[in-house]
Amino acid sequence: MGWAIAVHGGAGDIPLSLPPEKRLPREAGLRRCLDVGIAALKAHNHPLDVVELVVRELENNPHFNAGKGSVLTTSGTVEMEACIMDGKTMKCGAVSGVSTVVNAISLARLVMDKTPHIYLAFDGAEAFAREQGLETVEMSHFITPENIERLKQAQEADRVQLDYTQPIPKEVPKEAAVADGDSQTGTVGCVAVDSEGSLATATSTGGIVNKMVGRIGDTPIIGAGTYANHLCAISATGRGEAIIRGTIARDVAAVMEFKGLSLKEAAAYVIDQVPRGNAGLIAVSSTGEVTMPFNTTGMFRACATEDGYSEIAIWDSPTK
Amino acid sequence: MGAWAIAVHGGAGVDPNLPKERQEEAKRLLTHCLDIGISALRSNLPAIDVVELVVRELETDPLFNSGRGSALTDNGTVEMEASIMDGPKRRCGAVSGLSTVKNPVSLARLVMDKSPHSYLAFSGAEDFAKKQGVELVDNEYFITEDNVGMLKLAKEANSILFDYRIPTIGTCGAGAAAMESPLQMNGLPISVYAPETVGCVVVDKEGRCAAATSTGGLVNKMTGRIGDSPLIGSGTYACDLCGVSCTGEGEAIIRSTLAREVGAVMEYKGLNLPEAVDFVIKNRLDEGKAGLIAVSKNGEVACGFNTTGMFRGCATEDGFMEVGVW
Repeated sequence: MGWAIAVHGGAGDIPLSLPPEKRLPREAGLRRCLDVGIAALKAHNHPLDVVELVVRELENNPHFNAGKGSVLTTSGTVEMEACIMDGKTMKCGAVSGVSTVVNAISLARLVMDKTPHIYLAFDGAEAFAREQGLETVEMSHFITPENIERLKQAQEADRVQLDYTQPIPKEVPKEAAVADGDSQTGTVGCVAVDSEGSLATATSTGGIVNKMVGRIGDTPIIGAGTYANHLCAISATGRGEAIIRGTIARDVAAVMEFKGLSLKEAAAYVIDQVPRGNAGLIAVSSTGEVTMPFNTTGMFRACATEDGYSEIAIWDSPTK
Repeated sequence: MGAWAIAVHGGAGVDPNLPKERQEEAKRLLTHCLDIGISALRSNLPAIDVVELVVRELETDPLFNSGRGSALTDNGTVEMEASIMDGPKRRCGAVSGLSTVKNPVSLARLVMDKSPHSYLAFSGAEDFAKKQGVELVDNEYFITEDNVGMLKLAKEANSILFDYRIPTIGTCGAGAAAMESPLQMNGLPISVYAPETVGCVVVDKEGRCAAATSTGGLVNKMTGRIGDSPLIGSGTYACDLCGVSCTGEGEAIIRSTLAREVGAVMEYKGLNLPEAVDFVIKNRLDEGKAGLIAVSKNGEVACGFNTTGMFRGCATEDGFMEVGVW
């Protein structure tokens, strides 16, 4: 037992040929956020505060698809969503359709702490943010030139882009993605457990490039992209539709509980059930274990445990 | 094997003082909807079509809290949500924040069949509805006198009303015990009018399961509040093994991912449908109050609830049929 933490910056068909100017800033971002999380855990902050803090950092980093740097809707706008859950109390908060709130994850936290509800969206979420005095900015704050370019490419190809994918020859019906050499950025997330076994998870995203206005993905759906209970905390990333229908985050905990599998086995099992190329997740257990399986080409990820282990990686599928 | 089964609900949690006429009215509507579903099943319509058909009927009738007759937000408007799921490939569709779409469940179906996504909300969902040419009406169409009255009283009491609850002041989850409601409307406790979510689950002769849920949400809810009904795994779920639709305290259903739980317990623990439903209701709700209906690929049907009553009806191919409130 001991604390453990994992962060991710998205799973997908990240090309092995990813140029350094695209790879290095993300690795550096992951390293930095991991360090922020480790310091917070060492200072005995509650995991809920730790995951919120780390995801805020990831949202503020323009190299990831959350907060600043969010991918754009088909109208060229930003619609962010986020979700947070406390494993011990099972309290949770989620927001969607947020366009001016600097840190969507903090808004999700406020929904959890300050309302009798779990999920607020669009105008209602924005109004609540203002009532709560959260920092809001012009939507242009979140929009980066890279994402304007991605949207342009996607619209020219008239296809919907995902976290990361390379062109697939056959017809792909749902949230089919297209990729070029530039790895599209993915969702971000953080899971943490302290030495008392308290667990928490947080996920945040801008969604998928060229998404329909009003489209909601897996991130804010409890049990799909985000989930925590007394056994484990999970944050998932990849193709939203596959994650929703696979109730991925919930299933990891269910498999641990009902089949008695370890965290690592349960996570690998659940990822294996998802069609290849669709999903990845990070998870920690109440006993301080951590696992980061994915069935895509890569997943930007990092983790650390109290006994001194730490890792930052992009490729090398650990599902075996 | 190879037998169909169907269940419908009009919400969990019924005031024990609900007048007999209202109970009969509800039972008549549930029976009517079951009959529609049964005819459709006998004509070999697939489960996914049957659940949509039946929920449309429930939405159109103003009696329950969905479509016409939906609960009102704190702004006095209607914001409806729905979801639908097809067991065989676990395809799904969901919508939230609808204010002009006559049948939210059908829009959810179109999201599933005709869009590249699984869930659309608010103005994006309304735009999609226009493009798809579904029937649109003014927001006033959905608003009934009963609901206007309920909102007024809820505001006066500064409370949020759940599907069924006797009003509590402040946050949800407080005061689970039944108490005399101070709020009255037309001489009856307000909870009598508290509207309920609707849902339908079906397994057809081929063993395909499907589920659909639709609602206006909580009376006096914050604009933009999303409940469990459109959330796959919470209010609605269907897979190879079963189809589930839930109702009750939205927040409790979400926390417990109630609909998925039934399937998970069958899949991972090997329980059969009635055992799974029982397990989930007993063990997953803590202080939360909710109910659900479910069918299995083997033609079984089951309901469970820890509330006082749930408007429900079910029928199986061998001629069994039952409609109940308590």
